Amino acid sequence: MQSKSLTLKALDIVSLILLAVSTYLALVFAPTEAVMGQVQRVFYFHVATAWVGMLGFIAAGLSGIAYLRSGDPKWDRIEVAAVEISLVFFFIAIVLGAIWARPVWNTWWTWDPRLTTAAITELIYIAYFMLRQGIEDPDRRARFGAVYTLVGAVSVPITFMAIRLFRTIHPVVIGTQSAEAQGGFNMTGDMKIAFFFALFAFTVIFVDLFWHRIRIGELADQVEQLKLKVMR
Amino acid sequence: MFLLETPPDTSGYMVAGYAIAFGVMLLYVVSLAVRFRGLQQDLSTLEDLDETKA
Repeated sequence: MQSKSLTLKALDIVSLILLAVSTYLALVFAPTEAVMGQVQRVFYFHVATAWVGMLGFIAAGLSGIAYLRSGDPKWDRIEVAAVEISLVFFFIAIVLGAIWARPVWNTWWTWDPRLTTAAITELIYIAYFMLRQGIEDPDRRARFGAVYTLVGAVSVPITFMAIRLFRTIHPVVIGTQSAEAQGGFNMTGDMKIAFFFALFAFTVIFVDLFWHRIRIGELADQVEQLKLKVMR
Repeated sequence: MFLLETPPDTSGYMVAGYAIAFGVMLLYVVSLAVRFRGLQQDLSTLEDLDETKA
């Protein structure tokens, strides 16, 4: 196994710096929203984590296509890495949303179209790991996983569009929102800086973690192959 | 809440949100590091076994 490359080390450092700057912009630089108060600052990380969550689920679907076309196990490793990281970030997005909802909607959770589709998406990808656990043959596991992520990826555009297609209380920050939406606000220039910087920072953090997780997958495969060799 | 002139004090929710976000991210990074170290140990053990066998 190759030791950590210089590029990856640099990416680790850049990711940490970006996370620190993004936190500063969200907590200090951006102005306090006039109606909701400090809780609105959760918005910057809420949207950014949801964005990378969806990005990873789409990446997993594309890796699934690549695996089905080539049969190369590297695409299976990439797919698993993408799903795992996205599950973590999407979980953070859902929890942050619930925390934001409590003072604004007066409830932690409601079966609104956006919240429901987001919860279903998270559950679909938790089930992905349960499916993989149940299949012993590596080729079959990879093939089933590829088809599953391909079908599962359909939930991403549905979740994204839910607040634009249905009557919902979830606000739409960019675009036209439903008349029932509660907790919406107009972004000032400084808010936009904090928002777009958070999107950028979390994209870089995602790439960094993705790279680390793929290395773990490669190492696990090496261990598995050597184990088989030793046992023979 | 919308009739108030000054924003309500919702800072507790904000702190909770950021604490959870950082906590979960930290846990995940630790889990990556632990898994990587464990696999490296397994690999070196298996390489030793393979050499002994050869």
